Amino acid sequence: MSRLFSLVIILFGTWLLWSGIYQPLTIGFGVGSCLFVAWLASRMGIGDAEGHPVHLIPKLILYIPWLVWAIVKANIDVARRILNPRLPISPRMVKVKGTQRDDLGRVIYANSITLTPGTVTVDLQGDELTVHALTAEAEADLLTGDMDGRVTRLQGTKG
Amino acid sequence: METIDIASWVVLMLGAIFCVIGGIGLHRLPDFFSRLHGAGITDTLGAGLILFGLMLQAGLTLITVKLVFILAILWLTSPTSTHAIAKAARLAGLEPKLDTSDDASEGAS
Repeated sequence: MSRLFSLVIILFGTWLLWSGIYQPLTIGFGVGSCLFVAWLASRMGIGDAEGHPVHLIPKLILYIPWLVWAIVKANIDVARRILNPRLPISPRMVKVKGTQRDDLGRVIYANSITLTPGTVTVDLQGDELTVHALTAEAEADLLTGDMDGRVTRLQGTKG
Repeated sequence: METIDIASWVVLMLGAIFCVIGGIGLHRLPDFFSRLHGAGITDTLGAGLILFGLMLQAGLTLITVKLVFILAILWLTSPTSTHAIAKAARLAGLEPKLDTSDDASEGAS
C-alpha cells in the first residue's frame, strides 16, 4: 500500500513538472489521471518492487554519477580508437556472471554494460551474461567485476 | 550570461563532434556487432552532451527538467534496443567477427 502511495506521489510530481500550467482544473485532471494510472498499475500487478523500484532511488543517486563517469571514459576510449587510422580493436565475446539477486538487478547490470560503449550485452540467461567487447581493455575492465559489485550493492545483499 | 552561453556552445559542439565520430565508427568498424559500439557513442555521449548544452541554454526552468527526463528516457531505452537487436542478430544466426590474433585467443574461446 505504501508502495502504491509513493507511485501516486511520484506520478503527480512528474505530472506537475511536465505540465507547467497550475490552475485548479488542470491540476484536478492531473490528480485524476495519476490516481487512474496507479489503479491500473495495481490491477496489472506492476506496482510491485520490480515495476516500481522506489526503494532503489537513494542508492541510485550514488550509482548514476559513477555510471556517467564510466560512460564518459569509455566513450573517449572508443572514439579515439575509431579515429585512429590503424583502428586498434580486437572484438571478443565473453561470458560473465551477474551476482545480483533478482531479474531487476540483472537488467540494471546488463543495461549498464550496454550503455557503456565498448561492451554490449548480447544475451542474458539466468545469471550469465554474454557480452560482446570491442577491445581487450573493455573485456578486462568488465572482468574486474567493479560494475557488477556496484549494481549488487545497489540492491543490498539480503532479500 | 556570457560565460554560460560560451560553455553551452562548447558542450553543444562537443556533442555534435561525438555524434559525427559515432557515424564514422558505423562506417569504419568491421561487422554488425562492433558497429553497435559506434552507434553507442552517438546514443550516449553525443546525445547527452547536446542535451546538456541545451540545459545550459534553458537555465533553471521547467524546460531543463524536461531535458533531464528526455536524457533519462534515452539512456534507459537505447541500451534496451541495442540489446534487442544484438540478441535478434545472434538468434538469426549472425556470428560476430572476432579477433583471432594470439593475445585474444583465450578471451574469444
